Amino acid sequence: MASKEETKAANRKLLNRNLAQMLKGGVIMDVTNAEQAQIAEQAGAVAVMALERVPADIRKEGGVARMSDPKMISEIQKAVSIPVMAKVRIGHFVEAQILEAIKIDYIDESEVLTPADDAYHIDKTKFETPFVCGARDLGEALRRISEGASMIRTKGEAGTGNVVEAVKHMRKMRTQIAEVAALPSEQLATYAKDIGAPLELVRYVAKNKALPVVNFAAGGIATPADAALMMQLGADGVFVGSGIFKSSDPKRRAEAIVKAVAYYGDPAILAGVSYGLGAAMTGVDVENMSEAERLAKRGW
Amino acid sequence: MTIGVLALQGSVIEHLKMIKSVNKKIDAVPVKTIDELATVDGLIIPGGESTTLRRLMEEFNLYTPIRERIVAGMPVWGTCAGLILLANRIEGENPCLSVLDIDVKRNGYGRHSDSFVGEGDFDGMYVNMVFIRAPYITRVGEGVEVLAECNDRPVAVRSGNVLATAFHPEMTRDNRIHKYFIGMIDAKV
Repeated sequence: MASKEETKAANRKLLNRNLAQMLKGGVIMDVTNAEQAQIAEQAGAVAVMALERVPADIRKEGGVARMSDPKMISEIQKAVSIPVMAKVRIGHFVEAQILEAIKIDYIDESEVLTPADDAYHIDKTKFETPFVCGARDLGEALRRISEGASMIRTKGEAGTGNVVEAVKHMRKMRTQIAEVAALPSEQLATYAKDIGAPLELVRYVAKNKALPVVNFAAGGIATPADAALMMQLGADGVFVGSGIFKSSDPKRRAEAIVKAVAYYGDPAILAGVSYGLGAAMTGVDVENMSEAERLAKRGW
Repeated sequence: MTIGVLALQGSVIEHLKMIKSVNKKIDAVPVKTIDELATVDGLIIPGGESTTLRRLMEEFNLYTPIRERIVAGMPVWGTCAGLILLANRIEGENPCLSVLDIDVKRNGYGRHSDSFVGEGDFDGMYVNMVFIRAPYITRVGEGVEVLAECNDRPVAVRSGNVLATAFHPEMTRDNRIHKYFIGMIDAKV
C-alpha cells in the first residue's frame, strides 16, 4: 500500500502533466503587462507567459535577464482567467520558490533568461508547481523529465522570429522517438547511454512512441504559417514569444495564430487567417549568429 | 454509432481513446466542421480553456449548429471547460450554449495549485475524480439531476440529453462514465 504522502505526490505529478494536456492545440503567448495579457486571452490564448521583456528585447538590450517582478505577475494573474506561467533562470531554485509562493500555474525554467547555474538544473520534483523546460533533442527532453518537468517545449531560437531552429529541434526529437520505437529491446540501454537519458524513460518512449509529457514548439514562431508548420511537424501546441507583441497588429496576429493552430491542417483556413495581417516582427538570420548569441545552447 | 469530440483545443485525444476503450466498434471522430458535426450521434465538449473553445466555436460558425443539435435532442457531454460552455449562467460573463440550467463559477476551486484528485459516487459507481482548475456549480436548476458530489458540492449533473462533469474522466483509466454517456446515446438511437 502506498502511503498517504506517496499517493499525494503521485496525484500531484499526474495533475501537473494533465494541466499541460488541457493546453494541447493551443497557443501560449508572452506578455509583459496586464493589458497585453487581456489581449492574449481575448484572442484565444490558452495561457500567458508573464515576463518583463520579450526575448527580442532581451537579445537587443543585453544585460542579465532575471525572473519578473512578482508584482507584475500578480497583476497579470488578476487580469485573466487562463493559466499564468512565468520564467526562472536555469538552476535558480529560489526564483522558483518565489513563483510557487505566489501560486503561479506553471514555471518555465528557461534558457531565455541568463542561467544562474552553469552545471545543474533545478530539482523540479521538490516543487508542487509544474515546470516546463526547453529541449533540443530527445536526450535533453528526457533529462528534464527525469528532473521533474511536466511539460517540454522545443527550444528553437527565441527572439529571432526565425523558425528554422524550432523546426530543427522538433524534427530531431520526432526522428529520435521513431528510432527508439524501432529498436530491439536489448539496444535500449546503449541508446539511453548515448543520448544521456534514463533507461526507464527511454523504455517508456520505445513502448509508447511518444514522450510521457506534452511537447510544445517554441523559439522563433512569428506567423500563422509558422505555427501551423510546427503543428504539422507534430507539436502539441505552440509558444509565441516576441512574435505577437513585436508585430504591427498584435491583436489580429494573436487571433490569427490561435486559429492557425486549431485548423493547422486546413490550407484554405490558413490562407484566410494570413490575409492582410500586416508586418511580422523583423527576423534575425540565425545562420550568421555567433555561438555567444545563441540562447538554445544554454542548459545541457 | 458515431461519437464526436469537439476538436478545437484541449483533451480531445484522451476522450477519443476512452470511447474506443469502451467499444472498438464505435466510431470516435474529432469534430472541427459543420459537416463533421452532422455525422455524429453524440458530442463531447472536452476539457481545455473555455475562453479559447468559445472563441473558436463562434469564429468558425459551430456555435449555432451545435446548439441546434443539442436542443433537438442530441446527447452532449461537457467536461470542465465543456460544462462551463453548456451552462445557462456563468459568473461575470455572458453564457455560451445555455442548454443546462445551472450557474457556474470559472476556476471556482482556485488556481492550479488547488487542483486535486477527489473521489465519490457517480450514479452508483465509486470513481476517482480529477479536478484541474475546475469550475464550481453554484446553483442547480429544477429538473436537473445531481449525479455526483465531491466535498459536498455537485460535480456532475444531467438534464435529459445534457450531461456535464466539473472533473475529467478522460484523464483516468476508468471508462465507466464514458460508458454511461454511450448509454445515453444508445437510448436515443
